[in-house]
Amino acid sequence: MRIVHHPVLGEQPAARTVEVTVDGRKVVAREGETIAAALMAAGIKVHRYTRRKGAPRGLFCAIGQCTDCVMIVNGMPNVRTCVTPVADGMTVETQRGGGPAQAGGNTRRRSAGSGDRVRDGDD
Amino acid sequence: MTEFDVAVIGAGPAGLAASIEAARRGCRVLLMDSNLRPGGQLVKQIHKFFGSKEHRAGTRGIDIAVGLHREALEAGVVFWPDTSVYGVFPGGALGAVRGMLGGEPRGVVVRASTLILATGASENAVNFPGWTLPGVMGAGAAQTMINVERVLPGRKVLMVGSGNVGLIVSYQLMQAGADVEAVVEALPRVGGYGVHAAKISRAGVPILTSHTVLRAFGETEITGAEIARIDESWTPVPGTSRRVDADLICIAAGLRPYARLAMLAGCRMTYSSALGGWLPLHDRAMRTSVPGVYVAGDVGGVEEASTALEEGRIAGISASERLGMIGAADAARDREEAEARLSSLRMGPFGRPRYDAKEAIYEEGANACPRP
Amino acid sequence: MPSTLTTFGYPSLDELRSSPGYPARERAEKGPVAVIECVQEIPCNPCETACPRGAIRVGIPITNLPALDADKCTGCGVCIPKCPGLAIFALDMTYSATEAALSFPHEYLPLPRPGDVVVAVDRGGKAVCASRVLRVSDRPANDRTAVVTIAIPKEHADRVRGIARRSEGNDIG
Ligand SMILES: Cc1cc2nc3c(=O)[nH]c(=O)nc-3n(C[C@H](O)[C@H](O)[C@H](O)COP(=O)(O)OP(=O)(O)OC[C@H]3O[C@@H](n4cnc5c(N)ncnc54)[C@H](O)[C@@H]3O)c2cc1C
Ligand code: SF4
Ligand code: SF4
Ligand code: FES
Repeated sequence: MRIVHHPVLGEQPAARTVEVTVDGRKVVAREGETIAAALMAAGIKVHRYTRRKGAPRGLFCAIGQCTDCVMIVNGMPNVRTCVTPVADGMTVETQRGGGPAQAGGNTRRRSAGSGDRVRDGDD
Repeated sequence: MTEFDVAVIGAGPAGLAASIEAARRGCRVLLMDSNLRPGGQLVKQIHKFFGSKEHRAGTRGIDIAVGLHREALEAGVVFWPDTSVYGVFPGGALGAVRGMLGGEPRGVVVRASTLILATGASENAVNFPGWTLPGVMGAGAAQTMINVERVLPGRKVLMVGSGNVGLIVSYQLMQAGADVEAVVEALPRVGGYGVHAAKISRAGVPILTSHTVLRAFGETEITGAEIARIDESWTPVPGTSRRVDADLICIAAGLRPYARLAMLAGCRMTYSSALGGWLPLHDRAMRTSVPGVYVAGDVGGVEEASTALEEGRIAGISASERLGMIGAADAARDREEAEARLSSLRMGPFGRPRYDAKEAIYEEGANACPRP
Repeated sequence: MPSTLTTFGYPSLDELRSSPGYPARERAEKGPVAVIECVQEIPCNPCETACPRGAIRVGIPITNLPALDADKCTGCGVCIPKCPGLAIFALDMTYSATEAALSFPHEYLPLPRPGDVVVAVDRGGKAVCASRVLRVSDRPANDRTAVVTIAIPKEHADRVRGIARRSEGNDIG
């Protein structure tokens, strides 16, 4: 759901597009935007499922603080999609728990200046 | 290792103003922000701001940011975007990571004898069953999506909280093309400015005071919420609950000072509910309890861009004084004007509680925060 | 102090009439005049700076309510797009024998066009009557706050404060 016209921001400027693959599906993204924005534009809201309860999580803070939006990007788990820009040919996968074989370890350690919020302990 | 006189962390209105004042008085200033664009909260504020000419009132937040950035560069401030400061080490060194958003992340160490913390505020959360479902997000997150990324996070919105953030983000969601079904507010009165509330009322948005969200509905993403009227003891009134269809629930439950770095720096903390919670103790000149460490803006108590600018100016002047760029008398005189404007901003029914809270903090800080 | 404004989100006529920015009925009957609907003491004064005739005074402290000097005000509407609260309107009760002209700030898409017939709404967003769009000013000096002027039956002049928002203007794709 892209905002094409806007009363204050004006028309959405033209941008080069890149293609990313999200769980096998091709998604066209605007160069420079975050992965989370590209997913939202494509109507994809679930980014991951928690480890213990398998509860869905999506975008929550959009500034890299809560880790709700982490996904597997180019095979690497726990990437905060709200602060990571898209790149052509990138693969993005819905993350279940800590990702493949829990690689990447603690999601919160990855994010400098963050880690202020854990939403319900079921990371 | 990179050396500067003054390191400023956070390029919102407070950090920008502090940098400009310090650089104009001859300090070598490094300004760092984890975002790519300078401006802090301003980069997503597309509405015209309150305040007076000294605060560029009547100008849209995004444009205020551009103007301040230009002034900072003209004053000789070195700006490092995409730089997240994670640590303050003894002796004044800072640990930071550059390039997290673009390129290869790399660690850097910055040394500066004087530090200005202008790290802003972070959003509070409220819990209700279903609040972790996709489709529930912070009001600030929704604002980033619509105004920075230009993507609409939902078409039918329920806003939780009627402070200025809830009211303004509701308005901006409508400007972006969404419908706001309702704003719910647990208190019996609207929290934010009446003019912001009136704006969205004219667009037909009901503002439901004494109401709360009981639960969000949905399996993998939200489809709506149950809301109900509550009494003075915050208990739902039987028979008043109803369903609101929504594909986006925004939480605007207030902000609190983002004071992690201040704590790491060893600043003595103090609590103020009127200013959003725990914050680094400071005096009128924005000195903290740690010599050479200053604060400015929302990190020292959640207020507004106009007050953040004035506090930033004061912190920049104080830092220059500490570095010997100006004498004590000049510094006091330069601060005085900004202090007078600050007092005038902290009046009226919204400002007065903040004035009282700040005065109490200044008083406590006068003894605890060493002068140069 | 519970009030209509703090309970429902928009001011009542009583709250407005007892504020210094709301012009008296007799003055409004005489010709175009600003209507300032800003009744809380907030730190703000661009309206004062904007008026070329010095008809709005906030003074010191900046939290004073804006006071309108209705004798100096010509109802020119210059202050309308300068107010960050979108709280200033202009009313011309002399527009015609039966109609008043109301100008208000508008920051939504689609922008109405002169000649359009649109639904006029009250302060709570409720439909009041049909109205005719007379003018739409979107000059660069307005900084993207359009000022729309509509003709409404005179009896609704105290009630109508805008037009119904339509949500199809952004072309969400
Ligand atoms: C929706 C909304 C509407 C508002 N409307 C108005 C208005 O109309 N008028 C008004 O006067 N005020 C308004 N405000 C308030 C105003 O935006 C804030 O009070 C002001 O931006 C605070 O300035 P600041 O410089 O203290 O912090 P911020 O603007 O929050 O900037 C802090 C910066 O620090 C950076 N940072 C934090 N930690 C680190 C770190 N460790 N390393 C590197 N960088 C870091 C952050 O990325 C951020 O860019 C509004 C706020 C919101 C949310
Ligand atoms: S309508 Fe014109 S004259 Fe009247 S207050 Fe506004 S700017 Fe001043
Ligand atoms: S500019 Fe608008 S919101 Fe600000 S004081 Fe004047 S009328 Fe009130
Ligand atoms: S939404 Fe990305 S870290 Fe919170």
